[in-house]
Amino acid sequence: MEAFSALVAAADEAGVDPADAKNTAAAASAGYAYGLAAIGPGIGIGYLVGKSVEAMARQPEAAGMVRTTMFLGIAFTEALALIGFVVFILLKFA
Amino acid sequence: MTERQVDPMTTRFDGPAPEVGISNDMIKRGLIVAPLLIAVCAVIWGADGAWSSAYGIAIVLANFALAAGLIAGAARISIGLMMAATLFGYLIRLGLIFLAVFLVKDASWISLPALGSTIIVTHLGLLFWEMKFVALSLAHPGLKPDRA
Repeated sequence: MEAFSALVAAADEAGVDPADAKNTAAAASAGYAYGLAAIGPGIGIGYLVGKSVEAMARQPEAAGMVRTTMFLGIAFTEALALIGFVVFILLKFA
Repeated sequence: MTERQVDPMTTRFDGPAPEVGISNDMIKRGLIVAPLLIAVCAVIWGADGAWSSAYGIAIVLANFALAAGLIAGAARISIGLMMAATLFGYLIRLGLIFLAVFLVKDASWISLPALGSTIIVTHLGLLFWEMKFVALSLAHPGLKPDRA
């Protein structure tokens, strides 16, 4: 809240409509929320799948078990990106 | 213990795809709990919440089905391609979810808090539910519980 108050004060001084300044800040925050939230899961899924492929190449007979846990791992990692996405839609569109 | 190194680019799996089984299981469970979630959202956000909740559940279930289909399809070609399909599939699916929400964001029946909370709760809830089944199956194959 202090950040928004400071933003409004700065906008007043610069002669910009405070509502416009607030919307601009919300839009920028939404972009950061979605972008940053997608980076971590991207790295996580890449690492997870890379290791799973390595395991399947080493022991093809265990591929079924590896693929099962890999799929669940991917879905759990993706949940982080979905949380970031929901924060994005709430900041940007709500 | 036998251990042999094979080339991921030329290795493929023609057998049954476990991802599709897991995904189908989660979709069945999602359809079972959907009325409850829709009812809760209807109580909190009204009729708009109910429609948004139904839309959110559809997005999550379609996302699971698409993820499983991509992995299973690519694994029949090569596990190297499966890796690429998983990574690019992640980006494509995020884009599709964004598109699905963007197209309806100004609709009269949409409630964004209901949609967002349904997406998170359904996704995580179904995963934890399925994880319990998978963990039991892998740890105690003899006591494997029934699928949904």
